[in-house]
Amino acid sequence: MEKYDIVIIGGGPAGLAAAVSARKNGIDSILILERDKELGGILNQCIHNGFGLHTFKEELTGPEYAQRFISQAQELDIAYKLNTMVMDISHDKIVTAMNREDGLFEIQAKAVILAMGCRERARGALNIPGFRPAGIYSAGTAQRLVNMEGYMPGREVVILGSGDIGLIMARRMTLEGAKVKVVSELMPYSGGLKRNIVQCLDDYGIPLKLSHTVVDIKGKERVEGVTIAEVDGKGKPIPGTEEFYSCDTLLLSVGLIPENELSGKMGVEMNPVTSGPKVNESLETNIEGVFACGNVLHVHDLVDFVSEEAAAAGKNAALYVKGEEAEAADGREIILRPVEGVRYTVPGTIHTARMDDTLTVRFRVGGVYKNCYVSVYFDEERVIHRRRQVVAPGEMEEVKLTKEQLLQYPDLKTVTFKIEDE
Amino acid sequence: MAIGMETRNLICINCPMGCPLTVEMDGRTVVRVSGNTCKRGETYAHKEVTNPTRIVTSTVRVVDGASDMVSVKTKEDIPKGMIFDCVKALQGMQVTAPIHIGDVVVADVAGTGVDVVATKNVERRP
Amino acid sequence: MYDVVIIGAGVSGAATARELSRYQAKICVIEKEEDVCCGTSKANSAIVHAGYDAVTGSLKAKLNVRGNEMMEGLSKELDFPFKKCGSLVLCLDKEDYPSLQALYERGVANGVKQMRILDREEVLSMEPNVTGKVYAALYAPTAGIVCPFGLNIALAENAYANGVEFRFDTKVEDIRKTEGGYELHTSKGTLSAKCIVNAAGVYADRLHNMVSDEKMQIIPRRGDYCLLDKSAGGHVGMTIFALPGKLGKGILVSPTVHGNLLIGPTAVDVEDKEGTNTTREGLEQVIEKAGMNVKDIPMRQVITSFAGLRAHTETDDFIIEEVKDAPGFIDCAGIESPGIASCPAIGEMTAQIVRDKMGLKEKEDFISTRKGILNPETLDKEERNALIKENPAYGNIICRCEMITEGEIIDAIRRPLGAKSLDGVKRRTRAGMGRCQSGFCSPRTMEILARERGADMSDITKSGGKSHIIVGTNKDTL
Repeated sequence: MEKYDIVIIGGGPAGLAAAVSARKNGIDSILILERDKELGGILNQCIHNGFGLHTFKEELTGPEYAQRFISQAQELDIAYKLNTMVMDISHDKIVTAMNREDGLFEIQAKAVILAMGCRERARGALNIPGFRPAGIYSAGTAQRLVNMEGYMPGREVVILGSGDIGLIMARRMTLEGAKVKVVSELMPYSGGLKRNIVQCLDDYGIPLKLSHTVVDIKGKERVEGVTIAEVDGKGKPIPGTEEFYSCDTLLLSVGLIPENELSGKMGVEMNPVTSGPKVNESLETNIEGVFACGNVLHVHDLVDFVSEEAAAAGKNAALYVKGEEAEAADGREIILRPVEGVRYTVPGTIHTARMDDTLTVRFRVGGVYKNCYVSVYFDEERVIHRRRQVVAPGEMEEVKLTKEQLLQYPDLKTVTFKIEDE
Repeated sequence: MAIGMETRNLICINCPMGCPLTVEMDGRTVVRVSGNTCKRGETYAHKEVTNPTRIVTSTVRVVDGASDMVSVKTKEDIPKGMIFDCVKALQGMQVTAPIHIGDVVVADVAGTGVDVVATKNVERRP
Repeated sequence: MYDVVIIGAGVSGAATARELSRYQAKICVIEKEEDVCCGTSKANSAIVHAGYDAVTGSLKAKLNVRGNEMMEGLSKELDFPFKKCGSLVLCLDKEDYPSLQALYERGVANGVKQMRILDREEVLSMEPNVTGKVYAALYAPTAGIVCPFGLNIALAENAYANGVEFRFDTKVEDIRKTEGGYELHTSKGTLSAKCIVNAAGVYADRLHNMVSDEKMQIIPRRGDYCLLDKSAGGHVGMTIFALPGKLGKGILVSPTVHGNLLIGPTAVDVEDKEGTNTTREGLEQVIEKAGMNVKDIPMRQVITSFAGLRAHTETDDFIIEEVKDAPGFIDCAGIESPGIASCPAIGEMTAQIVRDKMGLKEKEDFISTRKGILNPETLDKEERNALIKENPAYGNIICRCEMITEGEIIDAIRRPLGAKSLDGVKRRTRAGMGRCQSGFCSPRTMEILARERGADMSDITKSGGKSHIIVGTNKDTL
């Protein structure tokens, strides 16, 4: 059986950044396993710009951003296998994978970094009623068809869901010659970035209907139209508000789900809120030496933060392999507790002995809060109280904790994150 | 209101707050920006009403490439009003592999003075 | 001139074709859709009922019990997925106990074996997720679950292997009596046959009424379903029913033979014979009523919902007989639940009527077995690697949710009566049937279909007809 120090599952932005970071932290034996025919993951189909402002201080398109990391990985001579599907990872880190050339093969890893990304929620998750004709696509499938293969999935389009992919696809379809009639969003706010609403919808006069959902799909062979209705506070359609849009295509952009089937099978504990693994300050799961980063851990909105998080995972995996990962000597584990408006935190626990000087804690809020405070309590004491004009579920939040700060509280057990009015 | 005065409503894109901005203009001159809650909103409003520009991204078909399409972008912002002229200039275009990031696909697209360049490496089909 | 034309390539038509292919006869199956298994047969509960439901003495009762007995053997002969998982009919109220008892007694009268009435404790120890309100339940260990596509496709492929011809995209527009039989005017020309089997599902009344003065009416009875991810598949081990009511067997909760969880169906009579649209009310009812029998169903794991139409008649029984005023025209109609369970026996009975009518003689070279698409997961590592070495397509995963390889998809396309569309591939291999519902794999499956069939990407459809996936190329209408 082949052996590698670190096997990285997925060669998208997370996997690449983790690999580069692990190499820079002294690990030579690294293998990336990628299921697609090229490295770069979903960035290859995200041909719009807006990537890299944090990482490279310039605005890149998805493929350009990916290429920066692909080039680094190639310069660092990091091994990878394409068109290779990981079938199984055992609890003791034997990775079983398959491709056309090698068949079914096993690799023993000292550390594993999970970087499989996420998938789109399908129509079923929303139980949208109606027929099931051709012409209903997840926004990402349409994005692949248009951007990678040059095929138009439809001419007249209705989009359900105002997540970023849905907004981006509204513009893409328009610029390739389709007519996007409306974007319907179930929630009273958009899940996408403000700038995407302006530059992808407003620029082209595409209406965004908040608190609206699709209540019927017409057409037996191909979509002929969809009916949209306003919903009440509980998401129930309000009778009498139905509006029919004739169209041949319905794109769904109704959420992303981390792809953790492999993780679950190997015994990684999951956080039901993120649908990603529970991790500690080192982005390590409950299985020692198994790390997670990027959208498989929790869904991000900016790839820059994926790269940053993945670099941390790569570094920590390197320390683990080298046996330099500090023992959690005092055995003290601080629990991070999301409450009152904060839905989750990544990480979920901190061993101060193992953390860097600063640790970025990322989280999402459960609703739109205006003129509020992001507060962090060390047990009962409020230590961070940051005024914010607005926080929204569509934009990931972060708070940096310093080791120094945490060490000032030797008996600290719980760090609580919440949104407060004052 | 004096003759020639007009108001335009914008949504600020700088942060999730999405302030509704009202821009009062006299011809092409911005008289007043209101509705913003920070300085960035004002700057955005000025640019957006006097000279709105965008990067345009699109695709072009590749002959003999490992991929059938290559992604492209305008190397710099072009006037917002020229977006469709830009993509129409790409209609029916083909490039031959290999093509690399930064290669000029169309020079001076639609007379904007801006080149359209490749944003992905597409090697020759093996 | 065909000896027999069978109209409809659903389970009834395919089972009849397979049984008739034992005999020396020129047989053709005609189907208005592009593939087998496109109507009622593709959207149902996929349950092999034990046989206690139907009125004793009815065809439904007789053929259900017989079909149930035949199914396991057939699944081995024809290599399709079947599992004898057993079923429970729950009695939630002591007052309804006599009805449960009556059901048991009817089962005994119908010839159902091994049934038992379980008390609350026994039920909960067997199925801990059944509602705590349960008072007793009828346990039928002979009940099972089947892959309805697998069953239908297997029957058709085996019939084909035994010389039965299949014509797809062929819709019967009129039938006229002739001297020696019938003339069928179809969307693809005229055929003649000595004998016709009407297995046209919800359209069986239209065909029957073309030849007979005794009019038949089929009422499409729609049922909405929700299908849950495999992570929820173990929520129950058996098919869980409520005590039957007026409009059928109520909402069931069942594992599927592939490890998903299925809940449904509703029962709503509709006019549109193509009305397979789900409704909000229907789906809400499914979710609500399933929750009354089984607790904590993880509804967040729903991956798709769908609706099927049952071919209901006022007689409330299967109609399998030669039409009195149309000699040589055999109805195989009104096949609603327990149609899937009964289909081996329906095929047998229909074929016997035709055989006796026409005096058909058995073939000597009937092929009774058929191999399904190879599932590489059934191989050990060495076998699998040998297979990949011989055909590298088996090393290339296309559908990552169901782990389906290019090799399986190519087999599904190339085999006789092979897949022509995305749904055809899906029903044969499960590619696209998983949790992402073909989001990732459909562009790749389309490429394989285009390559294998020598077609353009723009010709590829979801399910034949005008169900094209793509409508043009970038900027073509700019």
